Amino acid sequence: MQTPVTVPVSVNSEPPWVLPNRGIVGMWCLIAAEAAIFLIFVVAYIYYLGKSLTGPLPSQILELPVVGTICLLSSSLTVHAAVSALRKGKVQRCTFALAVTVLLGAAFLWTTAAEWHHLIYDEGFTIRTNLFGTTYYSLVGLHASHVVVGLLFLTVAFLFSAGDRVDERHAERLEVLSLYWHFVDAVWVVVFLVVYVLGR
Amino acid sequence: MANEALVLESIDQTAPAGHSSGPGVVYEWLTTVDHKKIGIMYIVYALIFLVLAGAQALLMRIQLAVPNNHFVTPQVFNRMFTMHGSTMVFFVGIPILFGFGNYLIPLMIGARDMAFPRLNAFSFWISAFGGILLYLSYFAGSGLYGAGSAPDVGWFAYAPLTAKVFSPGHSTDYWTLSILMSGIGTTGTAINIVATVICMRCKGMTMTRMPLFVWLLLVASCMVFVAVSPLTAAQIMLTLDRYLGSHFFDTQAGGSAVLWMHFFWIFGHPEVYILVLPAFAFINEIVPVFSRKAIFGYPAMVAASVGIGFISLSVWAHHMFTVGMGPAGNTFFVFATMVVSVPTGIKMFNWLATIWGGKVRFRTPMMFTVGFLFQFLIAGLTGIMLSAAPFDWQLSASYFVVAHFHYVLVGGILFALFAAFYYWYPKMTGRMMSETLGKWHFWFFIIGFHLTFDFMHIPGLLGMPRRIYTYEAGRGWEYWNLIVGIGAIVQAIGTLIFVYNLVRSYFRGKIAGPDPWDAWTLEWSTASPPPSYNFAVEPTVGSRRPLWDLKHPEDPDSRYE
Repeated sequence: MQTPVTVPVSVNSEPPWVLPNRGIVGMWCLIAAEAAIFLIFVVAYIYYLGKSLTGPLPSQILELPVVGTICLLSSSLTVHAAVSALRKGKVQRCTFALAVTVLLGAAFLWTTAAEWHHLIYDEGFTIRTNLFGTTYYSLVGLHASHVVVGLLFLTVAFLFSAGDRVDERHAERLEVLSLYWHFVDAVWVVVFLVVYVLGR
Repeated sequence: MANEALVLESIDQTAPAGHSSGPGVVYEWLTTVDHKKIGIMYIVYALIFLVLAGAQALLMRIQLAVPNNHFVTPQVFNRMFTMHGSTMVFFVGIPILFGFGNYLIPLMIGARDMAFPRLNAFSFWISAFGGILLYLSYFAGSGLYGAGSAPDVGWFAYAPLTAKVFSPGHSTDYWTLSILMSGIGTTGTAINIVATVICMRCKGMTMTRMPLFVWLLLVASCMVFVAVSPLTAAQIMLTLDRYLGSHFFDTQAGGSAVLWMHFFWIFGHPEVYILVLPAFAFINEIVPVFSRKAIFGYPAMVAASVGIGFISLSVWAHHMFTVGMGPAGNTFFVFATMVVSVPTGIKMFNWLATIWGGKVRFRTPMMFTVGFLFQFLIAGLTGIMLSAAPFDWQLSASYFVVAHFHYVLVGGILFALFAAFYYWYPKMTGRMMSETLGKWHFWFFIIGFHLTFDFMHIPGLLGMPRRIYTYEAGRGWEYWNLIVGIGAIVQAIGTLIFVYNLVRSYFRGKIAGPDPWDAWTLEWSTASPPPSYNFAVEPTVGSRRPLWDLKHPEDPDSRYE
C-alpha cells in the first residue's frame, strides 16, 4: 500500500502500436445501431404486407423508382472517387466528385418528393389511409431523412473542399462520411427490394 | 517486457490551477467534456432518480401493506408503478452503469479521455433532459394536483392502451419522447465506449490484457446497438400513431398489438443483460482484489460474456408465453432462455474459484459482493423456473415474476453497484467511505432486501397479480404484503445511511491515497482523484495486472501469460 504513484513505461523499441481510426470505428457502430432501426421498420413492413383492411394496394399505385435508384447508387461511386482523390491530394477532383455526389443525392430526393406528391395529391393516399400507407411512408420517410442528413454533411464537405480548406490529412474524415453514405445507399437497396419488388 | 520497464512518476508536480468557485464551478461542470466529470454527473443524476423512484416504490408498498387501503388513489398508483419502472430502467440503471464505465474505462486502458469527448457530453445531456422531461409530466398538463398527468401505461406500455383513444392527453407522449431521448443518449455513449476500447488503448494493452471490466462494458455497449435501436424504432412508430394517425399498433385498422410486444421485448430482455453485464464487471474487479488472487479463468469469463451477449438476443419472447405463440415458438424461447443460464453459471463458478483458497478481506465492497453472488444465484434459479412455459402460464403477471426480476435488479445489480461505490469512491473523491456506516448500510439493506423480496414470491404463488391497486382481506395475502412493506422501509433506512455516508465521507472521510486497496489495474496507478489528463506519461503494460508487475518486479505476471 506504500507504493509510490507510478505507471509502467517502456523505453525499448518495439513494433509500432497501431490501433484503428476512431472515427471509422465510431461510424461502424452508428451504422450497426441505425441498421437495427431500419431492420425493425422493414420487419413491420413485411409483417403488414397484405394485412390492410382497405385499399389501395401497393401494386395499384407504386411505380418502380428507376431514375432515383440509379442516381443514388451512382452517388456511392462518386463519393468513393472523392475520397480516393483526396487521399492522393487532388483537391480539385475531390471537389468535383463531391459536387456530383450532392447533385445525385438531391436528384434522388427530388424523385421521392415527386412520388409522394403524386401519391398524396393525385391518389389521395396518406399515412392514415391504411397499413400499407403507414408502413410505406414511415420506411421510405426514414430512409429519406437519412439522405437529407447525409446531403447536409456532404454539402459542408463540398464547401470546405471548394474553399480549398482540405488536403490529404482530411481523407480519413471524408472516408467516415463516405461510409455513412454507402450505408444509406445499401439501405435503399433493401428498401427498393422490399417495398417496390417484394411488396408489389 | 515488464523487466525492462522503466518506472516514472505519473504525476507532474505543477501546482493545480486555483479552484474557481460559485458560478465558475457551475459553468465548468455544464461545459465539461472530461470523461471523469461526465461520469460523476451520470452517477449523481442517476442517484437522484434512484431516490425518487425508490420513494415511489415505498409509497406503493405502503398502499399494499394492508388490504382495502386508500392511501393513494388507483390513478396515482398506476402512475407510480409506471414511473417507478421507467425511471429505474432508463434513468437509474443505464446512466449509473454508463457513469462508472465513462469514469473507469479510460483510466483502466491508460487513455487520457474517451474517443469522442463532445459526443460524450452530448449523450449525457440528452439523457438528462429525457429524465427531466419525464418528470415534467407531473407539472405539465393538468398540474400537480392528483400527481399531474404522469404516464400511467406501465413501463412496457402495451398497445392498444397507448392509443390516443385510450390514453388521451399528453402523458404517454411524455413517456415516449423521454424514452426516445434516453435511447439516443444511450446509443451515443455506447458508440463512444466501443470506439474508446478499440482505438484508445495504451501501449501493450492488447485485447487479451484488458481488465474484465472493460471487456464486459464493451460487450454491453455492442448489445446496446442491437437492443436499444428496436425500442427507438418502436417509439418512433408509437409517436407516428399518436400524432399523425398511422396504424402500426391500431388494432381497429388491422394493426397488431403483439407486434409492439415483440418490438418492446426485443429491447426489453437484452436490456436486462445490458444492465447486468456492468454489474458482473464490478464483481470481476472486486472479487480478485479482495481475495488477493488473480481472476480465475479469464478467457472463459470473456467467452461467457460474449456468449451471454449473443444468446440474450434470442430470448425475448419468454415474456410472451401467455400470448399464445404456438408450440414451436414457445419451445424455441424456452430452450434459448435455459441456454443463457450456462454462460452465467460459468461466471458464477469462476468467481467462486477465485475466492477459493484466497486470503479474503471482508471490507464493505466484498460484503456486498458476497451478497450479490448469493442473491444472483437465487434470481437465476427462479429465472429458470419461469423459463419453463407451463410454469410461466401459471405465474405470468403475478407477484412471483415481480419478486424474480427484483431479485435480479436489486439483489444482483444494486448490490454490485453498492460494492462498486465503496470500491471506487476513494478513486473518485480521494477519500475513503466510512467502513462502520458501510457495514450498517449492508446489514440494514440485506435484511430489508430479504424481508421484501423473499416473501414477495409467496403472494405470487398464491395468485396475487401484479399492478393491482388494492385487494380484499381473506385471500391469504395480507401478512406477506405487510412483511414486504416492512422490508421496504428497512431498505429505505439502509439507503439513507448510504446517502449520508456518501456525503459525509466527501468532507470527513479518511484520505485514501492513490491505491487504498492494493489493487492491480491501471486506474490505481494515478492520483485520487486523477488529474484531468489522467496520466502524465502514457503507460505501457505487459500483463493483465500492470500494478502487480510494478509492485513485484521479481515475479511479474508477464512471465506466465
